[in-house]
Amino acid sequence: MDQVIRLRSAVALVGRFPVLAGVDLDVFGTEIVLLQGANGAGKTSILRACAGLLRVVAGEACVLGVELTEDPRAVRRRVGLLGHATALYDDLTVADNVTFAVRAAGGERSSVRPALDRLGLTGRLPATRVASLSAGQRRRVSLAALVARDPELWLLDEPHAGLDAEHRDLLDGLVRDAVVRGRTVVLASHEHHRAHALAGRIVTVAGGATPPDPAPPGPLPVPGAGAVAAGAVAPGVASEVTSVA
Amino acid sequence: MWRDALLVAGKDLRVEARSRVTTNQVAPYALIVLFVFGFAFDQDQYVLTHIGPGLFWVAVLLCTLLAVQRSFSLEAADGARDGLRLSGLDGGGIFLGKAAAIAAQLVALEAVLAFGIVVLFGAHLAHPLLLLTTCALATVGLAAAGTVYGVMSAGLRVRETLLPLLLLPVAAPIVLGATQAWLAAVGLVTGSGWRWLTLLGAFAAMYLTIGVLAFGTLLEEA
Repeated sequence: MDQVIRLRSAVALVGRFPVLAGVDLDVFGTEIVLLQGANGAGKTSILRACAGLLRVVAGEACVLGVELTEDPRAVRRRVGLLGHATALYDDLTVADNVTFAVRAAGGERSSVRPALDRLGLTGRLPATRVASLSAGQRRRVSLAALVARDPELWLLDEPHAGLDAEHRDLLDGLVRDAVVRGRTVVLASHEHHRAHALAGRIVTVAGGATPPDPAPPGPLPVPGAGAVAAGAVAPGVASEVTSVA
Repeated sequence: MWRDALLVAGKDLRVEARSRVTTNQVAPYALIVLFVFGFAFDQDQYVLTHIGPGLFWVAVLLCTLLAVQRSFSLEAADGARDGLRLSGLDGGGIFLGKAAAIAAQLVALEAVLAFGIVVLFGAHLAHPLLLLTTCALATVGLAAAGTVYGVMSAGLRVRETLLPLLLLPVAAPIVLGATQAWLAAVGLVTGSGWRWLTLLGAFAAMYLTIGVLAFGTLLEEA
């Protein structure tokens, strides 16, 4: 299986503060990996580093075969990041925003309408200015842009935030479909029940690092799924704790 | 790069068309500037005729500040700048697109202002080729320099106050050259107006080159 992300002792700074202080992470093709950790642990920073938005200044960082320490911009078109911010323009319509995101990333305009339909952005919504939308609807527009772009690596930061139950289910379905199509997904979420059920593997982040595993991976209690033995890597069941804080 | 420039320019102009900030706020502001300066310099027709071209370019410069601020505040809201970076668009293309959108707005504002100084100040518009060339070069120079300094100040908390501090001194040669070219065109100063176009052209070329080469890096650091 192809290695999609390889971080070794990765260090990244915001100003002079080390937001990543020695991250080791391996993610392979078609995996769904959950980053878990407390607020400020470095989950978002790992996702931003993998997207080439946060410069890795020391250690090794290779995403989709691109060395991020040399040229972080080279990977961006192949990666989609759904962050806390929606990256939408308030004065543009829903359709305009998604079309711009797709075309800017080199995609085809024809992928916009199916993505809007998939996210339930139908009827008058495509022609509605984003400024008029609720937080949940804005989130869905952001997701539609991601779906329309369909990048090789999906980086999702608290993807369930702001969505109602119906659209959380929809999001989970989109993630599973993406993996079936050969995409790889790394997500950070505090929605433990949903995220554990979605992820094939869990990586714990603490203090801007992925602390070494103090003990061999053991059974992981998954809400609603019971205890699962380590080693099995199947999307939909969290199967391995790579490291424990 | 050209495709990216068209895409970004189209997006910025679409935002302006939908928000109507330029037509509903910046254009009236430009006319108010003319009025206020007109009152400040008395209503003597001779004085107003002579200072008209200078006031025109000062008003254009102030409008440039607003257009540049607006252009980069769009990208500051809700992580749009990260979206732009993540799209993988060419830095030079983004620069050209944003500068083109700003230039298009400035051209519209210049038309309004030209009408204003003719009606209010009784300014003469002679040698249309020289005047149009002057406007074209000065507009490109202002838009290019404004875009370069706009991205430099974009990521800073003090961007609203820093941008005028950076741009106004730098744009002084444009105001000087464009005003002198206009005065020469209408015969209010001696000498050919065309020689000032060399200054305007050199300024525009310099900032276009700087922008195309450096904008990507400046956007990363913003």
